[in-house]
Amino acid sequence: MGEVIVITSGKGGVGKTTTTANIGTGFALQGKKVVLVDADIGLRNLDVVMGLENRIVYDLVDVTDGNCRLKQALIRDKRYDTLYLLPAAQTRDKNAVNPEQMKLLCKELAEDFDYVLIDCPAGIEQGFRNAIAGADRAVIVTTPEVSAVRDADRIIGLLEAEGKHNPKLIVNRIRPNMVKKGEMMDIDDIIEILAVDLLGIIPEDEYIVISTNRGEPAVVNPASTASNAYKNIVRRLSGENVPFISFESDSGIMSRIKRLFGFGE
Amino acid sequence: MLDLIQKMLGKEAGSKQIAKERLRLVLVHDRVNVSPQFMELLKEDMIKVISNYMEINEREMEVNLTQTNSSVALVASIPVNRMKRGTVPVE
Ligand SMILES: Nc1ncnc2c1ncn2[C@@H]1O[C@H](COP(=O)(O)OP(=O)(O)O)[C@@H](O)[C@H]1O
Ligand SMILES: [Mg+2]
Repeated sequence: MGEVIVITSGKGGVGKTTTTANIGTGFALQGKKVVLVDADIGLRNLDVVMGLENRIVYDLVDVTDGNCRLKQALIRDKRYDTLYLLPAAQTRDKNAVNPEQMKLLCKELAEDFDYVLIDCPAGIEQGFRNAIAGADRAVIVTTPEVSAVRDADRIIGLLEAEGKHNPKLIVNRIRPNMVKKGEMMDIDDIIEILAVDLLGIIPEDEYIVISTNRGEPAVVNPASTASNAYKNIVRRLSGENVPFISFESDSGIMSRIKRLFGFGE
Repeated sequence: MLDLIQKMLGKEAGSKQIAKERLRLVLVHDRVNVSPQFMELLKEDMIKVISNYMEINEREMEVNLTQTNSSVALVASIPVNRMKRGTVPVE
């Protein structure tokens, strides 16, 4: 029986889809059998990020409506044959799927796959409820901005209310230079405010844009600075204890004071 | 030396600090799930009670929830124009 993990955030555009694609590909790199489920009904995206948009025949709603068998709707990745995608439907009907159907779907997928990763839509409506319904664990993505962290806090509360405890946090798009200058909240600030466990820190990385253009997740490219961060997240999710990469180790007030004394001597 | 200290203090007052403070405050309200209308009702009731004893500046009055470490506190700043005479209850 595999594990179902939902990647969620509250706010849109913080990197849920990018993260899902890269974590999923990261698992596949490890030889794990993994399926990515695009739960963003009406705003299908994950297929494009994965470069699989031309292979879609059936979608998630075709499965839950019984128009096809689950296996028929799964698209195998171009590069990794243990990696699959279940694309979102492009319907405008918000209620095309319900949480009960999602639970069943996740259960069925978890029988065949080591990991089932659910890419959650933005918001706290039906789409969010569907996406979290069948999840064993939740991963929250945020960026170091007031609005994104605020929404993350709201999501943590809603997950708690649904009985999904101990979500793990990914802070995306960190810019070490700005953190250094005191112009961006750092990881410690965010963790302290949200009071959750940290799962990973992903730097702002131009290569994400390039890889999204190409439809090849950045994790496979060693030139990408985010690649290592994704790999570490994958290892942590599979239970390994991986130390956090410190992009900025001397921003604390103490080290500044120490430097001051060093200077004065 | 002074320059150096100032530069450091300047650093510490970067927009990150502002972001943290704003976030803290907005989360206090989000977490206790208090609507602005709720706070407004509370304020009106407070005014009613306090007005029995003193004349206050309602326009400048501020009632907010804030967080001290892990607990939430109700903090009110109520400018008093003058005390009312003779309305203080005597035993
Ligand atoms: N670490 C990063 N560095 C640079 N760009 C990023 C990073 N993470 C995400 N992005 C970009 O941000 C945008 C939104 O990301 P996306 O994954 O679609 O967010 P969501 O699914 O939460 O709406 C995309 O254009 C993506 O390429
Ligand atoms: Mg998305």
